[in-house]
Amino acid sequence: MSRPSRGVVFTESLAQVGAAALFLFSILGAIPQSLRHLRETARQIWFVGAMSLVIIMTCGLFIGMVLALQLYYTLSIFGGTAALGTVVALSLFRELGPVVTALLFAGRAGTSITAEIGLMRATDQLSAMEMMAVDPLAYVVAPRFIAGIIAMPLLACVFNALGILGAHLVGVSWLGLDNGTFWGNMTASVDVWKDVVNGLWKSLAFGAVIALIATFQGYTTPPTSEGVAHATTRTVVTSSIVVLALDFVMTAFLM
Amino acid sequence: MTQQRRSFQVGTGLFILLGFAALAYLATQTTSIANYREGATFTVKARFTNIGQLKLRAPIKIAGVRVGSIKSITLDGQTLDALVELSIDSRYSDLPDDSGAAIFTSGLLGDQYVALQPGGSPDVLKDGDEIVLTQSSMQIEDLIGKFLVSGDAPKPNTTASEPTAPTGSEPPKPQ
Repeated sequence: MSRPSRGVVFTESLAQVGAAALFLFSILGAIPQSLRHLRETARQIWFVGAMSLVIIMTCGLFIGMVLALQLYYTLSIFGGTAALGTVVALSLFRELGPVVTALLFAGRAGTSITAEIGLMRATDQLSAMEMMAVDPLAYVVAPRFIAGIIAMPLLACVFNALGILGAHLVGVSWLGLDNGTFWGNMTASVDVWKDVVNGLWKSLAFGAVIALIATFQGYTTPPTSEGVAHATTRTVVTSSIVVLALDFVMTAFLM
Repeated sequence: MTQQRRSFQVGTGLFILLGFAALAYLATQTTSIANYREGATFTVKARFTNIGQLKLRAPIKIAGVRVGSIKSITLDGQTLDALVELSIDSRYSDLPDDSGAAIFTSGLLGDQYVALQPGGSPDVLKDGDEIVLTQSSMQIEDLIGKFLVSGDAPKPNTTASEPTAPTGSEPPKPQ
């Protein structure tokens, strides 16, 4: 097996991007039809959202705690530990909440979506559906896509809330900051629209991107066990890169 | 089967509920909306020649205790001074009408707030009244300027001679 030349690799990845974009349009086209399968969508929200709660909550708590510790150290150099609540809340809402949730979501839910759809492809279940005049895009792909878009912002909110509680735990209960200062400075500088909703837009976009990549990789996987394995890996790698790149672009625009 | 379907439906509902509860918590408890929780308030006006960095919703304090917030800041077109509307909790409605208002800074670099200094008049401030005794924000630039000018006696001489020295040396520069 000879190594493909650079030009072929480039053309190949360009074709993947184009195919993913076309796939997005066919999902969007299948969404009206998939509204008849609302129960399936609800089941997918349960699967990608509710089942991810434990990891999201645990990680949110620890991220909040470590953020409080690190920022306390940094702020104490400038004698500004009173701003701990503000800094933790702003970095969580604007940046870490959506991004870390998206990375965890890609690892927890994205992989299982890819593996599930990939196995359906490998075991010809998708073809069987087509034979029975059931559009797999409407019955399998679109519900998972919608579920990803709905679940991501909710998970990011839970992550943020637990992060704030973790920071409060470390900052107030452990490091002895004043409770009133912690909340007072936070509520004085955090804005609903500029900070909380800004993070929500990000997590919405990340949810759509991850759901698209996961379903696309699963749907187009080579129907072998090796193909499914590679597709799952590609889901995590591609989602992480795209999420971080998109995060930069969105931050620049939403500033 | 029905039992299983029921349980995931309940779980999905719980998850969505939890997500929105977290959002509501973030929006109301950690942001500036938390400061809106005020019951009945009354509004009094105060004029300042300089409000410094005073912002909307900045706290109003009596003896260091928060009693209200800044409702609006506008420039009076006639007198050209800042007209600030103070929204004060109705529980503190028996403020004497000769109370003073001053703009202070919390800490060296903190945010600015309005401090009310209660007077001794038997009449109380009513909704729409104006506080006459006001003290503007302390501008750190003005303080530094005053300090530099009145620092020591020989300084005025040197500062006075300073402008002449550059003007004397300036004509050769263009050539």
